[in-house]
Amino acid sequence: MDKHILEEALSKKAAFGNDIDLSAFDDNNDAHVLSAEELTDTGKSKLEKVGIDLQEENRSATYVQVDNAAVESKVKEQTPLELMNTGTAAKKYPELVEKYWWKAVKPDTDKYTAKTALEQEQGYFIRVKAGTKITAPLQACVFMGHEDQLQRVHNVIILEEDAELNIISGCASDTSVEHGIHIGISEMFVGKNAKLSFTMIHSWGEHVTVRPRTVTIVEEGGTYLSNYVNMEKVADIQMYPTVRLVGKGAVTRLNSILVAPEGAHMDIGGKAVLEVPGTRAEVITRSISTGGEIINRGNLTGAAEEVQAHLECHGLMLSKKGYIRAIPELNSETDNNEMSHEAAVGRIAPEEIEYLMARGMNEEEATATIVRGFLNVNIEGLPDSLAERINTTLDTFSVQHGC
Amino acid sequence: MLHIEHLTVAVNGKTILKDINLHIAPGEVHVLLGPNGTGKSTLISAIMGFERYKVLEGKILFKGQDITAAPCYERAKLGIGVMIQRPPTIRGLSLRKMVEICGATPKETESMAKWMGMSDFLDRSVNEGFSGGELKRSELLQLMAQKPELLLLDEPESGVDIENIALVGRAANYILQHTDCRKGDCQKSCCGNNTECEDNNPLKESGHSGLIITHLGHILKYVPSSYAHILYNGTLTCQSGDPLYVLQCIAQSGYERCVRETCRGGVR
Repeated sequence: MDKHILEEALSKKAAFGNDIDLSAFDDNNDAHVLSAEELTDTGKSKLEKVGIDLQEENRSATYVQVDNAAVESKVKEQTPLELMNTGTAAKKYPELVEKYWWKAVKPDTDKYTAKTALEQEQGYFIRVKAGTKITAPLQACVFMGHEDQLQRVHNVIILEEDAELNIISGCASDTSVEHGIHIGISEMFVGKNAKLSFTMIHSWGEHVTVRPRTVTIVEEGGTYLSNYVNMEKVADIQMYPTVRLVGKGAVTRLNSILVAPEGAHMDIGGKAVLEVPGTRAEVITRSISTGGEIINRGNLTGAAEEVQAHLECHGLMLSKKGYIRAIPELNSETDNNEMSHEAAVGRIAPEEIEYLMARGMNEEEATATIVRGFLNVNIEGLPDSLAERINTTLDTFSVQHGC
Repeated sequence: MLHIEHLTVAVNGKTILKDINLHIAPGEVHVLLGPNGTGKSTLISAIMGFERYKVLEGKILFKGQDITAAPCYERAKLGIGVMIQRPPTIRGLSLRKMVEICGATPKETESMAKWMGMSDFLDRSVNEGFSGGELKRSELLQLMAQKPELLLLDEPESGVDIENIALVGRAANYILQHTDCRKGDCQKSCCGNNTECEDNNPLKESGHSGLIITHLGHILKYVPSSYAHILYNGTLTCQSGDPLYVLQCIAQSGYERCVRETCRGGVR
């Protein structure tokens, strides 16, 4: 794309969310630390929180980026998987740049994509060759450690035909960061009959602004499973990941668990575009406000016949403060498809609490049990240790909020 | 076991029950009859202690203890268990977990679910998409785990097909420890491991007590009952030691005539 178009797009507001003045941030590429080991203890514990195992047990590969510098990018021996910095990959594979770079996400979408497209590339490039199935998950961590930083990330993930990969992506900022913005562009390509599981856990700080832009393209018979967990304070996050199902029989499921504490503003959505017959999509969100603000957008677009899709936006208000706004959209463009949505926002139904109380639970236990059940979405494809950690987090949260 | 004295109950500010007196001794099962909307479910809900049901006068004693002001879960812990007509769905909470919460071990949960024909439902959310009969079996399964000493059943046979009414009856008997399984019809395995099927005395002193709301009385073919009452215009009347006779009377003459002519206040 012409540079001047991108430069013009630098002032283009995004379709959703507060407009952020990017000039207020510092977007240098300095390496503030040289390895993940050099991170502060609070930084390290944040990484652990978002599913990153620095011991790298049961992981096929590890990528760590701190601010705008890739500090670690390594693949376990004899693992048939490519992982490197996106900039490095662009130099190494000009033919892939031609085919994939900025083909899923348009670079002039808004100021955030334009900013990332104009600068030197950071982020991870992952490629799994045709027929290769990687069992141990790849972990990728993007960390903000420096004050006033504008962090840019451009990720490109390519799964060729029949390939399989499980990615744990953890994004966090150090507790000391008082002001910062993370821009993350992710372009994912799931080839014919390939399967990508992508679990993303966010743990930002109360002063951090976050603008991810993600588009996944799934070809014939391919599967894309996304799990997203965000239970922490964040100043302002706006994201609306889109999955395009472009081949017959392509399937996607997007699960999101959002908990907004007081001081958090989350504008988080999920969109599936069913472009050819025989594709299926499920977009499921469970959101809880304990005082924070949640806008939960959802969109299913049935652009072809014989597609099936379901959208669920369920929200629980556990505080008088804050709000949850569910905005589900169904867009059917043919006369032969099946799309549905369920949206419900409110308090816990008193009859549910009483029902459990009649079985011997006190009010706090009953509430915690209902909250825990509410957060129980069918998360697949996680390594046991991570699934356990997420479950423990949800258990702890539920018990704390059984009141 | 349960002693209710001069109980007056209101729902949303409207008095539904007036001056109810009821005494259920250990091992007794009482049947509560009456037309729709007279307050039968209200009485059961008030005994269980559900929030909406306000006791204006009178008191409820359970095992000698005044529970009139006790919250619902304390009553459950003391030994009162209820099957309500329309239990809510608890999303994301599996029936398996619920049965375990009620007090069963994982192994007991499996065997009781098998016995109730609910094995395939254990990993589904509690009551989510259950049919009428499945709801009743789900409730009884939870109650089997809870082992209440006073069992309150609100229309246990509604929505249940003919075949499964026998199962509902057997489950109620199991909970009531009224192991009246007819000879040859009873295997130890069917009632779990801690039931003595050879004990054929349904009204034994140590048995648990029950209060059952029924319209057609099908459940009474399986669950032996001691007394019947008709709840009419918010008052309990027509106490009789022959529940089947009272049912027959209602079927022949209707509630009003039955209350006015046959029972005349009822004698114990």
